[in-house]
Amino acid sequence: MGKTMAEKILENKVGFPVKAGDLVIARVDRAMGQDGTSPLAIQSFEEMKGEKVFDPEKIILVLDHNAPSPLESVSRLHDLMRNFSRKFGVQLMEIGEGVCHELMVSRGLVVPGDLVVGADSHTCTYGAIGAFSTGVGSTELAVVMLSGELWFKVPETIRLNLKGKLPAGVFSKDVILYLAGKLGADGATYQALEFHGPVIENLEVEERFTISNMAVEVGAKAGLMVPDEKAIKWVRERTNREFQPVFPDSDAQYSQIIEVDCSSLSPQVALPHQVDNVVPIEEIGEVPIQEAFLGTCTNGRLQDIGVAARILEGRKVHPGVRLIVAPASREIFIEAIKRGWVEKIVLAGGVFVTPGCGPCVGTHQGVPGDGWNVISTANRNFKGRMGNARSFIYLASPATVAASALEGKITDPRKYLR
Amino acid sequence: MILRGRAHKFGDNINTDYIISGKYKFKTLDMNELAKHVMEDVDPHFYEKIKPGDFIVAGRNFGCGSSREQAPRALSAAGIRGVLAQSFARIFFRNAINCGLAALECDTSPIEDGDELEVDLLTGKVVDHSRGIEIKTQPLPPVMVDILKEGGLIEYFKKYGSFQGVKR
Repeated sequence: MGKTMAEKILENKVGFPVKAGDLVIARVDRAMGQDGTSPLAIQSFEEMKGEKVFDPEKIILVLDHNAPSPLESVSRLHDLMRNFSRKFGVQLMEIGEGVCHELMVSRGLVVPGDLVVGADSHTCTYGAIGAFSTGVGSTELAVVMLSGELWFKVPETIRLNLKGKLPAGVFSKDVILYLAGKLGADGATYQALEFHGPVIENLEVEERFTISNMAVEVGAKAGLMVPDEKAIKWVRERTNREFQPVFPDSDAQYSQIIEVDCSSLSPQVALPHQVDNVVPIEEIGEVPIQEAFLGTCTNGRLQDIGVAARILEGRKVHPGVRLIVAPASREIFIEAIKRGWVEKIVLAGGVFVTPGCGPCVGTHQGVPGDGWNVISTANRNFKGRMGNARSFIYLASPATVAASALEGKITDPRKYLR
Repeated sequence: MILRGRAHKFGDNINTDYIISGKYKFKTLDMNELAKHVMEDVDPHFYEKIKPGDFIVAGRNFGCGSSREQAPRALSAAGIRGVLAQSFARIFFRNAINCGLAALECDTSPIEDGDELEVDLLTGKVVDHSRGIEIKTQPLPPVMVDILKEGGLIEYFKKYGSFQGVKR
């Protein structure tokens, strides 16, 4: 009987045959924490009397969620991380370097076949390059920092075959929003997803991350894709580390196989206050917006800023809208400047904030006002997510966000992309 | 380990942003401070209603969203001893057990807000005294039972130094 990618990666790590449902203890290849979760992990590490970490090279701490610090209490927590990094020699990504999940892949820290844990639910992003990566809590991160290992339940896998060709103006974000609507917020709880088919094969690697990133929004533990030549080349350009890509067996056993033809997909929008509350843009009606946000670990990449620049070039953001842009990394920011995209967006009325999580998590840099509608490229639209429970968050692709910023209401971007 | 308390009932898809909002949790490690804000965006007066030992009873997918361990820790600090739900999001489920907060999967539909509950953590037996019924729960994996017995992952790891009873 054949095996899924999740089963094969975990099997490689433990060194004996495993199948879905087994409990195993596995050594991890990388462990990551950010500034919302690492301080608690460090506290747990100290409570367990940790004197050294299992391997400083394999631990990465990132200041991205609340950076630069807006408060003295936050500065103290950031310093706790800086001191831990110095004391134990672990890598620390400073304020402005970017969002943790973008840095983990763009700096070549994760390779196909890796087992990675991160104290952040969107750690599933690295599935797009064929790594089994999943979110954990702070104390689990502390245990991993100490011992290098963690217990896992080998998950069952839902296979999604995405067929056809995406129409113009429809992006990987629209695909995953559509799937979230179809599967539901708990449609894949305790399971892994495997994304297959020509739609995935035709996407650039950066676009694939958008899909794997949101696997957790349907409850999935991981969102895996086959590491094809494109993905392997992308990783080899970023690291010299040796790796052995893992592929699913052709006769792998899946809990479900779902076929989706994406050829006639429209731009999709998730309505407040749940990610699976998704409609095609034709059904959205008249929704005025007061804030538009482009960025995050889902959609703060170069292509995302590029498509927004194309739509905004030579035009003006609607006077009733605040457009905020947070590049996912410093490197993306620099490249967007070189290509002239930052200038086009700023001339149109957009505001750039520090590379990092931006206003996504409700701590700073664009907290919406009472009654505001926000259109955002992020992955969550929970009530209060952006720091005000009296605002309403709609999720969409970067193109839809840019078009909506121009018109002051949620707008189909396709007319700007012809 | 027998726990007794009252039920506070919630619906489906209660995410960790609702349990403790990002606007508070990024600022401090003081769980007693965070406790004052648990469930605030769903029920602004929830904290005042909790009596130590109470339970949260919810529908499907409790604890979905962010991986923040502050969610189960702030609930514990607010006096909540356990959560009963139709299903849990996996990270919250692990975090809850790791913090010593009971998390039990069962059919919660017969339980009403304010019911007096009795929960045997080790056998997983739930009795709703207000309705006079017994509810069967999904058993926890043995490693989670052991973690819960020690009061959480920190105490467990201090005692054993590694995970026990799981194949390696």
